[in-house]
Amino acid sequence: MSDPLGTPGAQKSLPLILARELASHLATPMFLLDAGGMLVFYNDAAASLLGTSFAELGETPSGEFGEALHLATPEGRPLRRRDSPAGIAFFERRPAHETLVATSYDGERRQYEATAYPLIGAEGEMHGVVSVFWESASGESGA
Amino acid sequence: MQARVWGCRGSVAAPGADTVKYGGNTSCVEVRLSSGHSLILDAGTGIRPLGVLMENDLPTEIHILLTHLHLDHLQGLGFFRPLFSPGRDIHIWGPPSPVQHLSERIAMYLSPPLFPVRLGDVPSHVTFHDATEEPVPIGSATIRAAKVNHQGPTVGYRIEENGRVFVYLPDHEPALGTDLASVPPSWVSGHDIARGADVLLHDAQYRDCEYDAHIGWGHSGIDAAMTFAHKAGAGSVVLFHHDPYHTDGELEELLVEARQKWPGLEDRVSLAFEGMEITLDDGLPVRLDVP
Repeated sequence: MSDPLGTPGAQKSLPLILARELASHLATPMFLLDAGGMLVFYNDAAASLLGTSFAELGETPSGEFGEALHLATPEGRPLRRRDSPAGIAFFERRPAHETLVATSYDGERRQYEATAYPLIGAEGEMHGVVSVFWESASGESGA
Repeated sequence: MQARVWGCRGSVAAPGADTVKYGGNTSCVEVRLSSGHSLILDAGTGIRPLGVLMENDLPTEIHILLTHLHLDHLQGLGFFRPLFSPGRDIHIWGPPSPVQHLSERIAMYLSPPLFPVRLGDVPSHVTFHDATEEPVPIGSATIRAAKVNHQGPTVGYRIEENGRVFVYLPDHEPALGTDLASVPPSWVSGHDIARGADVLLHDAQYRDCEYDAHIGWGHSGIDAAMTFAHKAGAGSVVLFHHDPYHTDGELEELLVEARQKWPGLEDRVSLAFEGMEITLDDGLPVRLDVP
């Protein structure tokens, strides 16, 4: 039986909590990774593109999430997880932007513009990654 | 450990006939440890009379734990007499900043033209520490800080001694942008340090009918304070950081609202007041003064 007070030490960091609160109030699709690379949240706007709600999917390792989406370049070349904007933000701790193609959980394949940035705290510590993305027409490149 | 409230008013000191019962001094709580160490939580105007008392009741060591640097938590520091006692060791802890050291940020207030004496000129020996999230042993206690939701870098403190837990979250808005009642505990600001507290001193600045006009100001309404405390499994809640516009009578109405949210446990909810003593002894029930 789970502890009604939650697991000790399981609280997300404050920057991640604030990012989730922001995301949950936006119509811009947005997902969050924590400092361990776990997908810990995406908002309803993201759910409508990804084809499933976060409540249904639950916390998922980002590698597994990336594999499920079959990320690719607009030319059809597979995009490695660490070359995606979220991967670059996570592994290289810098913002990144890319045009990419992904397959949603409902089987729809769409082209997106995606931007990700790391959440780096006041003491230089990594809290996770915020990624915003939006659907773009095929052939349209990001500004 | 024994805690004494020296100031529980929020935002600005509010002396006067209408605030005599609960007090007008701003945030300051002393926690005296069994090892003789003194932990002073915030340096609002309540720290001035504490400093006077300490002239005749010297602790083994003085540690001032600042939650943040808003003036109602810092204003009394320049009037804390031990600061002017030559050679006395004083440790000041506060939230880290990537831009300026804690001493530089405090010196912005403790320097002309805002204050006549420069922080660097006080005769005591002051050491500054970043309040990090790693547990720190001080005397017979272990202290943990955690960043919490308020305007600007702000931490709360958890003090553990002999299995008892005292938690201080005077400025905290965990309900900002979220439904506290339904959100999982892992997504609640301050939950980890408040978890299982024997006594939780928590921000309760607003009545629920006042909160909507103050969303994002960094403080809690009664419903959020009580929901947070319930979620954290706190044994007792002491409502703290009283609004400067609330009279003694209005605070007591607020207390009624708060107690209605904990049916059957009403006696575990109280209002902080100047002079309030809270005793947490190993194996004994928590004792909280009433005004």
